[in-house]
Amino acid sequence: MSASSDVGFHAQRQARWHYGEAAFWLVVLACGFLFPSRYLIMTDILRLALFAMSLDLILGYAGIVSLGHAAFFGVGAYAAGLLALHGIINEPVLALIAAGLAAMVLGFAASFLVIRGVDLTRLMVTLGIALLLEALAERFSNITGGTDGLQGIDMQPILGQIPFDMFGKAGFFYSLAVLFVLFLLARRIVHSPFGLSLRAIKNNPLRAAAIGIPVNRRLIAIYTVAAFYAGIAGALFTQTTAIASLDVFAFERSADLMLVLVIGGTGYLYGGLIGAVIFRILQEVFSTITPQYWQFWIGLVLVVIVLVGRQRLHYGVLYLPNLLIKQIGGRKAIVTVPESDA
Amino acid sequence: MTSILTNLFDGVAYGMLLFVLACGLAVTLGLMNFVNLAHGAFAMAGGYVCMLLVNQHGWPFFAALPLAFVSAAAIGIVLERTLYRHLYARSHLDQVLFTIGLTFMSVAAVDYIQGSSRVFINLPDALQGQFDVFGVGIGRYRLMIIVICGLLTVGLQMVLAKTRFGSRLRAAVDDPRAASGLGINVPQVFAFTFAFGCGLAGLGGALSAEILGLDPYFPLKFMIYFLIVVTVGGSSSITGPFLASLLLGIGDVAGKYYVPKMGPFVIYTMMIVILIWRPNGLFGRTAAR
Repeated sequence: MSASSDVGFHAQRQARWHYGEAAFWLVVLACGFLFPSRYLIMTDILRLALFAMSLDLILGYAGIVSLGHAAFFGVGAYAAGLLALHGIINEPVLALIAAGLAAMVLGFAASFLVIRGVDLTRLMVTLGIALLLEALAERFSNITGGTDGLQGIDMQPILGQIPFDMFGKAGFFYSLAVLFVLFLLARRIVHSPFGLSLRAIKNNPLRAAAIGIPVNRRLIAIYTVAAFYAGIAGALFTQTTAIASLDVFAFERSADLMLVLVIGGTGYLYGGLIGAVIFRILQEVFSTITPQYWQFWIGLVLVVIVLVGRQRLHYGVLYLPNLLIKQIGGRKAIVTVPESDA
Repeated sequence: MTSILTNLFDGVAYGMLLFVLACGLAVTLGLMNFVNLAHGAFAMAGGYVCMLLVNQHGWPFFAALPLAFVSAAAIGIVLERTLYRHLYARSHLDQVLFTIGLTFMSVAAVDYIQGSSRVFINLPDALQGQFDVFGVGIGRYRLMIIVICGLLTVGLQMVLAKTRFGSRLRAAVDDPRAASGLGINVPQVFAFTFAFGCGLAGLGGALSAEILGLDPYFPLKFMIYFLIVVTVGGSSSITGPFLASLLLGIGDVAGKYYVPKMGPFVIYTMMIVILIWRPNGLFGRTAAR
């Protein structure tokens, strides 16, 4: 077997659907039927998962550290809110795509700033963009509603058929459908030659450039795509909660997102999804113990995760499932540890 | 005309204050290449120590200032020895996550202990009010800040340039391996520098309670300012961050005075433009490692 066909073989095997993945999505769908009283928080988790997936595309796959991913979330949220409020696009799915595109345009513009410089400059520039947008949203309060946010958003039925209900059932299944479609798209992207080239860039940009990968163009492309995803997540936020306020741009949102991804693991698409579930559960637990000071415990979790080491933590969590698979299935572990992102 | 001069004066005081607050970060971030987003937490610690001593135990303000320095430095050295030093060799992402975690913890902890409202330090009468020099209003408190921070800056420059410790530090930063080969205890030098930087932040926090406002969200609110000072100023010398702080201070005060509606917009735009134009900072000399 020649080297190139060998690589192709492994890449294709990686990209194949596993039983575990199908089971994962079935469980998520089943949750929608099993816990009818928990639609609101489950919708919240789905939104967060989509947002985390967006960050994973640039952080986990392309290695771009971002402290201001909330910028795109916020643009999507306000775009969706304004479209619905002024009745420009009434149909939610179209508005969702329009909001995603708005964030995408910003992402495309911002990507030129982000590809310049090293980690630290990137951190600063992404953080600066998010803060800038927050300041702008506050400044132009006649458009954005300022600190009160956009109020009185009235959402039309989805596709003209399914109205949003007050229990959030429609919102949940709508979010789930959006998440699943975008997940399929992301899955296709990361397993394509394009996605593989991103990993090469992340591991060593210089070497990637040497083998003929147009590093900057690839980074611009994935950053734009990630901005689109974040914009959609923001638009979902507005559409399912019917509000958009200044805190969509908040630094805490970007920081929490990092935590979500770190809990779930970077560099594989399920990291964001699993991380979102665990993060939201942690948040619930902490805020029932200490309603006002839950941030302390969230901070502690971050510190402990970093000190223990993210790699080691994931090995530890996956140790038991892998052992079981080995003992019962008699084959090599299928649950793999996400690759390093040092 | 006089209002311009008064604004300039306020801006210089503000800039000097930012310099004292951020120059510790210039060392950790610029020289040790460690992204410490929790730097503001040390400043906040110093500020609260000073506030407690002055308001509740009746210490004189000038006696509490050194204590603010010492306590922040002590917290700094304890954390450096126990936590930070394990992370020097880790990726920037790990450092960012770790220090964000610390910041969140400090915010919640101070909120828990002291409440979330803004606190004020009781200033002695001699520092209140302002006087006129040729029609230019000079705030006494701001004048004191300029004097203290100016002396500190000169002192720091002297220590870095003239003393044995300064040359050890510069050697350790330029090439840690070669420096330790020459018998310089690099971890010790770094630990000491880190603690000193935290101490300066603590002092800055105590001084800034009057001007910037001191509440539990201080580390989050001013994080971006400290980062701007360091990234714009570059890390090759102490003069870069100093000039960057002055620029930022004057720009911010003038921006708030002349175009109040634009708010912090001016500052962020300036930062992004400068970073795009010179990714290593205005006064940066070497590429970041």
